[in-house]
Amino acid sequence: MKVLVAVKRVVDYNVKVRVKADGTGVDLANVKMSMNPFDEIGVEEAVRLKEAGKATEVIVVSIGPAQAQETLRTALAMGADRGILIKTDAEVQPLAVAKLLKAVCDAEQPGLVITGKQAIDDDSNQTGQMLAALWGRPQATFANKLFIEGDKAKVVREIDGGLQTVEIDLPAVLTTDLRLNEPRYASLPNIMKAKKKPIDEKTPESLGVDIASRLKVLKVAEPPKRVAGVKVPDVATLVQKLKTEAGVI
Amino acid sequence: MRSHVAGSDTTSAADSEQTAIILDSVDRFLERHVRPYAQKLEHDDIYPEEIVGHMKELGLFGAIIAQEYGGLGLSASVYAKIVERIATVWMSLTGIFNSHLIMASAVQRFGTAEQKQRFLPRFATGEIRGGLALTEPDCGTDLQAVRTLAKKGTDGNYTINGTKTWISNGIYGQCFALLVKTDPAANPRHKGMSLFLAEKRDGFRVSRKLEKLGYKGIDSAELIFEDYKIDADCLIGGVEGRGLQHALGGLELGRINVASRGVGVAQAALDEAVSYSQIRHTFGKPICEHQAIQLKLGDMVTRVHASRLLVQYAAEAYDAGRRCDMEAGMAKLFATEAAMENAAESMRIHGGYGYSKEFIVERLYRDAPLLVIGEGTNEMQRMIIARQVLERSKSGKKA
Ligand SMILES: Cc1cc2nc3c(=O)[nH]c(=O)nc-3n(C[C@H](O)[C@H](O)[C@H](O)COP(=O)(O)OP(=O)(O)OC[C@H]3O[C@@H](n4cnc5c(N)ncnc54)[C@H](O)[C@@H]3O)c2cc1C
Repeated sequence: MKVLVAVKRVVDYNVKVRVKADGTGVDLANVKMSMNPFDEIGVEEAVRLKEAGKATEVIVVSIGPAQAQETLRTALAMGADRGILIKTDAEVQPLAVAKLLKAVCDAEQPGLVITGKQAIDDDSNQTGQMLAALWGRPQATFANKLFIEGDKAKVVREIDGGLQTVEIDLPAVLTTDLRLNEPRYASLPNIMKAKKKPIDEKTPESLGVDIASRLKVLKVAEPPKRVAGVKVPDVATLVQKLKTEAGVI
Repeated sequence: MRSHVAGSDTTSAADSEQTAIILDSVDRFLERHVRPYAQKLEHDDIYPEEIVGHMKELGLFGAIIAQEYGGLGLSASVYAKIVERIATVWMSLTGIFNSHLIMASAVQRFGTAEQKQRFLPRFATGEIRGGLALTEPDCGTDLQAVRTLAKKGTDGNYTINGTKTWISNGIYGQCFALLVKTDPAANPRHKGMSLFLAEKRDGFRVSRKLEKLGYKGIDSAELIFEDYKIDADCLIGGVEGRGLQHALGGLELGRINVASRGVGVAQAALDEAVSYSQIRHTFGKPICEHQAIQLKLGDMVTRVHASRLLVQYAAEAYDAGRRCDMEAGMAKLFATEAAMENAAESMRIHGGYGYSKEFIVERLYRDAPLLVIGEGTNEMQRMIIARQVLERSKSGKKA
């Protein structure tokens, strides 16, 4: 079984992002970029399937600018076998990503596709679900545990009230949640070896996919700054302030 | 549609991509396995056995060993960046693989083909780890005064007697590049010196672990050789009389490494100062808004950047195969003094808390002095730099 994992290059989770003055987006100049953490969990899960003899090949795919090759290379260093870079400098929204991944699925015929539950830049939480719909295959989102049993997968999902276990037919789409695993970091010898693993370059045009934006971003703004609180001497003052200043009672 | 196999291209873009991935892995190793444990292990002076296991997995013990012997074959420039990163979190760890790698590089540069095949693959995985045994109780800077003696027997093999001290990795390491006299009467003295690869067995014992001001966790030990038998094929290069040259041959890289440790410690002291000075308030504002603190921060950050540039300058010269004793000396001198100064300034910025064992600065303050002493004292660096500048001026070159 081939496992396809989608990996996205995003602003590193440690970076405190700043909104551009004109409100069109986030400032990316000189900002550290990394693999989306949920995608790292996806790569880890796929590599573990291969190590357990349940997967034959792990293919990683990224959609983005030339620099997304570094994200693929990181995944190859973690243990993926080969990469596909769908190169574009355009903004690619979840639906377009799902269509591109569908095109890759048609070509590669994977038994399992793993995506993160969301990317930490735009937090859309849509790609995996849209891909499953376009591909016409089952989906198991917010995965907390995965068991491959023949041509089925048992997936423990994180839901509001706790955990839910579902069984789905393969091929299927899985989206990862935070507790699925703790991803490894690549050892230096594996990083050297990854340099020799193949990365295929494609473009949205070569896959015949129209990636034009369907959504328009009107404005990006920073959340309001939290101001310091005040200490009140007694309950009476508190109630009074809640009435007059906060206007909540 | 274009398809290509990278790896065939050795462009600098591919290299810088690879360096970024390497440093990212090093950071993750540090955050996951080192930062949460360093303070406790350091205070209790406990050898970080588990961390060393992770260092092995990460591949650090083969960092600069050639790929044909199972190492990574990293350039000095990349190696220096790794060392700096690690020293920022816990400087002691850098000694565990650096002394080991200087031993390995003596074999790589000067060993016979048979010695390279026999030792380097096991050094590269960390299966055998070790260090350098040069210093003796009566001599460190003046290495030509060593008294450890290797006597050749009628069978062509040697018997060694003597004492080495301050040897990093002395307790947990298994193999050491051992500097001895094979001809104590030779003149000049270095013609009677040889470097052996000595593995622990009968006749080679650790007499004691040394207690230190800082640089804790890593084992510094006194080693005793009593009628220690060693085969002639463990003499590096197979020929007597080249020991000093072999031992000093690794020093340029050693100095670049110690300089990188200096950058790391100086950076850590700066980081601690920057964050503390924004939290601590006096007279109604964070102390970083007082000009006296800003003057310190301005100097500290400048020292860090200047040090880092000097290290990269020396490392690039080393990678290009140019003579770089002066460049490595300047980097070592400046970066380790920067570590001393930044640690002291950071401590002042922390006020009373800087003196507390609950804060990191007191460790930086204890770790920094080793760097001005080890791998050639800074007094010696100044002399080496001065001699080179004079020599280059005589030959009409600008330093
Ligand atoms: C924690 C630690 C770890 C170490 N690890 C190792 C190791 O792994 N392997 C190893 O072999 N050694 C190791 N050393 C030893 C270290 O390399 C020596 O301490 C160092 O080289 C200085 O030698 P010394 O202590 O004999 O000082 P000395 O040589 O006695 O120097 C004393 C002072 O005299 C100055 N001086 C000496 N000669 C001159 C001169 N010609 N002109 C002007 N000034 C001079 C020095 O700069 C210094 O200030 C370690 C030391 C420490 C503290």
